[in-house]
Amino acid sequence: MRQGKYPFIFGFLAAPVTLYVVFVIWPYIQAFQISLTNWNGFSAPKYIGLDNFKNLFSDDNFVAAVEHHVVMLIALPLVTVMIALFFSFLLNLGGKLQGGQLRGVRGANLYKVIFFLPQVLAVAIVGVLFQTIYQKGDGTNVPDGVINGLLHAVHLPTIGFITNPAVALWSMIGVMVWQAVGFYVVLFSAGMASIPKDLFEAAALDGAGRFTLFFKVTLPLLWDTLQVGWIYLGVAAFDGFAIVQVLSIDNGGPNHSTTVLPLEIYRNAFTYSKFGYASAMGVVLFFMTLTFAALTMRVTRRDSIEF
Amino acid sequence: MSEVKSQGIDRRQLLQRVGLTALIAGPGISMLSACATGGSTNSTSTVKSNTGNAANPFGVKAGAPLDVVIFKGGYSDDYATQSHEVLYVKAFPGAKVTHEGIVAIGKTLQPRFTGGTQIPDVIDNSGTDLMDNAALVAAGQMQDLTQFWAAPSVDDPKVTVKDSVLAGAMESGVLAGKPYLMNYVATTYGLWYNQALFDSNGWTAPKTFDEFKALCEKIKAKGITPFAYAGKNASYYMYWLIEMTAAKLGGNQVLLDIDNLKDGAWTADPVKKAAAAWAEICQKYSDKSYLGLIHTQVQTLQDQDKVAFYPSGDWLENEMKKIAPATFKYTIAALPDVGGDQMAYPAIRVAPGEAFFVGAKGANPAGGMEYLRRMLSKEGAQGFFQKAGGMTVVKGALEGLQLSAGATSVVAAQKAAGAGIITDSRFENWYKQLETELRTQTNLLCYGGGTADAFCTNMQKAADKIKADSSITKQTR
Repeated sequence: MRQGKYPFIFGFLAAPVTLYVVFVIWPYIQAFQISLTNWNGFSAPKYIGLDNFKNLFSDDNFVAAVEHHVVMLIALPLVTVMIALFFSFLLNLGGKLQGGQLRGVRGANLYKVIFFLPQVLAVAIVGVLFQTIYQKGDGTNVPDGVINGLLHAVHLPTIGFITNPAVALWSMIGVMVWQAVGFYVVLFSAGMASIPKDLFEAAALDGAGRFTLFFKVTLPLLWDTLQVGWIYLGVAAFDGFAIVQVLSIDNGGPNHSTTVLPLEIYRNAFTYSKFGYASAMGVVLFFMTLTFAALTMRVTRRDSIEF
Repeated sequence: MSEVKSQGIDRRQLLQRVGLTALIAGPGISMLSACATGGSTNSTSTVKSNTGNAANPFGVKAGAPLDVVIFKGGYSDDYATQSHEVLYVKAFPGAKVTHEGIVAIGKTLQPRFTGGTQIPDVIDNSGTDLMDNAALVAAGQMQDLTQFWAAPSVDDPKVTVKDSVLAGAMESGVLAGKPYLMNYVATTYGLWYNQALFDSNGWTAPKTFDEFKALCEKIKAKGITPFAYAGKNASYYMYWLIEMTAAKLGGNQVLLDIDNLKDGAWTADPVKKAAAAWAEICQKYSDKSYLGLIHTQVQTLQDQDKVAFYPSGDWLENEMKKIAPATFKYTIAALPDVGGDQMAYPAIRVAPGEAFFVGAKGANPAGGMEYLRRMLSKEGAQGFFQKAGGMTVVKGALEGLQLSAGATSVVAAQKAAGAGIITDSRFENWYKQLETELRTQTNLLCYGGGTADAFCTNMQKAADKIKADSSITKQTR
């Protein structure tokens, strides 16, 4: 058995590793290579050193996109995790103490389904949906959308959710949060379900309120799940392509106020035929994502609590 | 937005990209030129000079077969088989016409051109797989159409073919200084309104911007938005207006300069004036809320008589056929004069497209030109309109026909414009990066509180950047 170990492992791994190398690793290497050229997709590529990377810094659209990712990187995980934690806490432990057992609020399972629903909608549908939810009317011929209709009804000023450059990026983040919350509610619910109930009950019997229960018991025990969620959301914050593409004005507008890196990459490659330059952006995005993941792991590292 | 428009963009885009090609068409091009220089093909037939015979100016041999290749895309190929080819056979009874309706023009024809066998006489070089025109010219595969344009037209022997088509139509097919292409389809652009709404209010389309603004006040007083475009996905409908007004003010040269990336083309006075004029209209007589709408939303609002003027091409009526009420009478208006216009009202933009050429090394190039001449007869143009639904460059071809309100107004607008034809802008497809910036700047100018000065300066900066970028292949016209 000992002798056959390596051929055995190799036999199992050969196919997936080959696929991974051909379809993941190799394209990455190629992107690195293309980023050093001025390839336009047709003529033979010419190596131009690091020129593409130098040009990135004087490219207003690229700089704007990076700034947007910084905002999204902070806002998206923070808001999503907070809302998702709040909901999952209510769903799992928010109810009354019944027969010495903590339960969620009534109808918790139904709420879980409702929260999860946005997750299964295609982004294109979400985009069209929010086009009408966010719409701002002109008071006469263009009707208000759902939110502005409500604002109007209570005599508050309406908001140009996608037309006002100061608000547009937040509107995009809003949609991303709306779509993501459901998944993290389910993820955190699963995390909370794996925490032994008697810990909560013991704390509750000792007189801990909901607040204490949440911060002193739930949060520390949920740390690993939280960390995973945070990284997922951070990676999602480096994307945003689809929602910006379908919802924003002029793909990333108005005046580039919602543009994101994947959109700039797509535009440079497939609209402007600047594959070399687009690859350079891709390489930068690769390192940004990698750095973020590594940093998050490092900063949030704690001794896990055994139970 | 419509099928026609998007097709046009794809084709032109491809034209541009294929122009850069080494990877895809590269081998083909080199083989084409190899044939041209190697002399592997023997062109046996030559075209006699103009015979002066109005019925057969190119001296087509009776009974000579004709090979026609039509791109089978949005217009399909019924217009050829049921109209043009029938007309040709009627004129040359013994001729056998071989028809091929194909989608992948390049894949099918490139080997035949390079091999020198079965070269067609008439080729509709369109679609996403079209052949590189410049390479075909370089390889001597395209028949020079100079004598074709100088020949008498089918309908009136006293009028040349050139004079039977709209101004600028022949020039649009010039490559390397000679007319090689015959652009057949004409798309007309302008401001669209509902004649029924205007009639019931006693309004008429304005001839000057002062009239335009006065009318907008009246329209606004009625609770109708005087003017709007869809900022979310169709800001290019708006920049067409700025381009057209700039051309009206300073002549077509303004647009040629922009296409040729001439220094200061965007900061030129006509562009600045045009931007300022339209900014005023947008800011006073439209609303920022239209920035967040897509074209179908705004077009639907117009169909409900909530928007008076909307900029578009002549596909609009067809596009909204199912939504517009039966009482809605789509009408195109030429753009009003700003003041001191070189191309005064009612000059209008007509963009020719769908390029045909005659194979110079085919068996029957004279027949090919004769076929094009028949296409440009009124009967041929009507056949195209009936079978394919498109309008052609043939002047007044649809007069007297029972047409929809929109088509009638387009025919009338073309006739009224006469020689005042505003040229198309090709940088939109040549330099997509510049086009993207133009969309952004247009939205800023019209609905983002921008100024004409900032618009021109930013566009000039973007154009300078394209000019300085050596990785972008430059084109001129």
